[in-house]
Amino acid sequence: MELLSWGAIITQILIQFIPVWIALFLTFTVSIMFKRKLGLYGKLFDSPIGMVGYALVMFWVFTAIFADLIMTHDPLAQISSMKNKVPGTPVSGADEGIFEHYLLGGDALARDVFSRMVKGSQIVVTIAPFATLFAFMVGITLGLPAGYFGGKFDTVLSFLANLILAFPVILLFYLLVTPEIVATGLPTYMAMVLFLFPIIFLVILFNSRFFTQPQKRNIMVAAIVGVGGWLYLSLISQSNTPVNFMGALDGFDVAGGILIVFVSVVFVNSPTVFRIVRGLALDIQTRDYVAAAQTRGEGPWYIMLWEILPNARGPLIVDFCLRIGYTTILLGTLGFFGLGLPPESPDWGTTINAGRRLLSAFPHPAIVPAVALVTLVLGLNLLADGLREESLRD
Amino acid sequence: MGLFILRRSGVMLLTALCLTFIVFFLTNLGPNLEKLAKTQGNFRMTEAEVASYLGDRGYLQPTMYKYAEWLGVKPGFKTVKEDGSVVGRCVRPGVPVEETPEYCGLLQGNWGFSTVFKDDVSEIVWKRLGLTGYLMFWVMLVMVPGALIFGVLSGMREGSRTDRTLSTTAITFTATPEYVSGVIFIALFASSAGFGRIFKGSATSAMESANFENFFLPVITISLYGLGYIARMTRASMAEVMTAQYIRTARLKGVSFRNIVLKHALRNALIAPFTVIMLQIPWLLNGVVIVETLFNYKGFGWLLVQAAGNNDIDLLLACSVVAVVVVLLTQLISDIGYVFLNPRIRVS
Repeated sequence: MELLSWGAIITQILIQFIPVWIALFLTFTVSIMFKRKLGLYGKLFDSPIGMVGYALVMFWVFTAIFADLIMTHDPLAQISSMKNKVPGTPVSGADEGIFEHYLLGGDALARDVFSRMVKGSQIVVTIAPFATLFAFMVGITLGLPAGYFGGKFDTVLSFLANLILAFPVILLFYLLVTPEIVATGLPTYMAMVLFLFPIIFLVILFNSRFFTQPQKRNIMVAAIVGVGGWLYLSLISQSNTPVNFMGALDGFDVAGGILIVFVSVVFVNSPTVFRIVRGLALDIQTRDYVAAAQTRGEGPWYIMLWEILPNARGPLIVDFCLRIGYTTILLGTLGFFGLGLPPESPDWGTTINAGRRLLSAFPHPAIVPAVALVTLVLGLNLLADGLREESLRD
Repeated sequence: MGLFILRRSGVMLLTALCLTFIVFFLTNLGPNLEKLAKTQGNFRMTEAEVASYLGDRGYLQPTMYKYAEWLGVKPGFKTVKEDGSVVGRCVRPGVPVEETPEYCGLLQGNWGFSTVFKDDVSEIVWKRLGLTGYLMFWVMLVMVPGALIFGVLSGMREGSRTDRTLSTTAITFTATPEYVSGVIFIALFASSAGFGRIFKGSATSAMESANFENFFLPVITISLYGLGYIARMTRASMAEVMTAQYIRTARLKGVSFRNIVLKHALRNALIAPFTVIMLQIPWLLNGVVIVETLFNYKGFGWLLVQAAGNNDIDLLLACSVVAVVVVLLTQLISDIGYVFLNPRIRVS
């Protein structure tokens, strides 16, 4: 077996990604065929920039979904003879029947860089959008009333938001995510507060909408509180932390460190979302349709969630895309400082951190996840740009 | 105007007090103090030894008491040991017991003592801030003109090919966080695998004598991320100004395109980027922490990581005060500057 040339490496990588290419092709054909019926999403396919962005984002989403098919090796397996080997090195000294090359080389612990990058996409693509979604729910639930009612409530919340924003992000991470602080259970208590907001948000959302049909409303609210409550309790009750009370009823445990990383990222993001939503609410509440709703005698929460929020969706969707990118960067920052996730975790930030020690001698273990991270964030930025352009057009 | 600045300063003071209290509270949680005791004493201390170490130095008092001591409104805690030696908050190595002051807090101008560096906090912070200031100076020198040229060039003819190319480049810059661009730059320009070792991958030597070889990569790494963002804001602002009525009038009068851009559009187009540049400074702090860690340049960002990693309470508090002051001061300057640049806005 000999060293692969760059051409052969690229061909082999393209072959490995075949499931992704098929999925991307199907997504694009179907979307372009029905683009006139798909609203804002369909209009995205009129903008070349938006399409490139969407393709980049979906590439990583499909990579995360099909990761097990794409990976050539186990991301944690070490083959001792492959330490720091250059891309395309044939695997030697291992059992028969595994993939014959380390396509993008081996890292300092002799693991396959390519497989780790693919596996890492799963962590990034799951945490970043969910964390952003949670941050949006927190920001919306607090920002709408702050903008709509104003007064003392607004002053206090705005002060708190500015307080959190005045912290350098990295200091905040160091204060929240170190093992000592985790031992006190502080992040878990923060999770208890922050994860309550999605439930509150959904309950208020449906309660205000179906207030006039009590029967329907009761079923919906009961369903949300039931399902949401169980998810909430399972999520915050983790074995090996101070908060562990569910016992046999505990549905699932989140793998080590992920919950803490998730909480801190939500916590850092929500003040900014709060400020954006508050500003939008201040602006939109002066419109005529809000006055009309007030005259009809609609409740304040109905006006906020069903009159103001839908009309603020344009800027919010654009910001949502940008913010997922920003969250990805934050996750990488956490990994870069070795905070939160365990050191063997294949997520991109942690991998870059592990690779940077030997950077000038063996750059490939750090470069591969770095390029992966840039393409995802770039995709999200381009997507946001395309969406902004298309939503401004009408 | 005076009242405005006064009120903002009040808010600033309140924010700084709240922030330092939060930092104080978090660094004084049980496990953190235990870690502090073990790193200061030795790692094989028993529970009782940890408790007596912390108790002697006043770490086990209620948080409010300790915070008051740090502020300097309460006398510093001290214990006289059996052998006559004194330990406590205000005791410094090398200073005789009789000269140890009663109070040692912010109000006395004493920022405390760093447990990691065994030195006065204010001295360490000033030294490191100087190094970071030097780095920031060069970053600003590269970033601001670069971003403005980028933005103006792409904004003056919206939708043209130059605009598309430059805008896409700017988006790429904003999508590349410092730890990624730094890694890529080192791999390309400071390793044998890329274009050879043109620059140095470490900026440690730049602390004594900075030159192009050891300082270019850190500066460019910090600049790029902010550059993209400011360029996009400038572009948006420039594009908006170029559609204004007075530009059309000037064009109809026959003023050359060059003069329209330089004399008519530019001044109005630069109002928005000014705010963005000022508000970008606190963000640069983030970049500084990453880049100083990556390039091993021992400035303020590096200090922050050291203080946070070792739970050096006094040093961390001083760092957060500096950070808060930077954030709030830049906000204040951007608000005031905005009024000066745009006479249509009045501060009330």
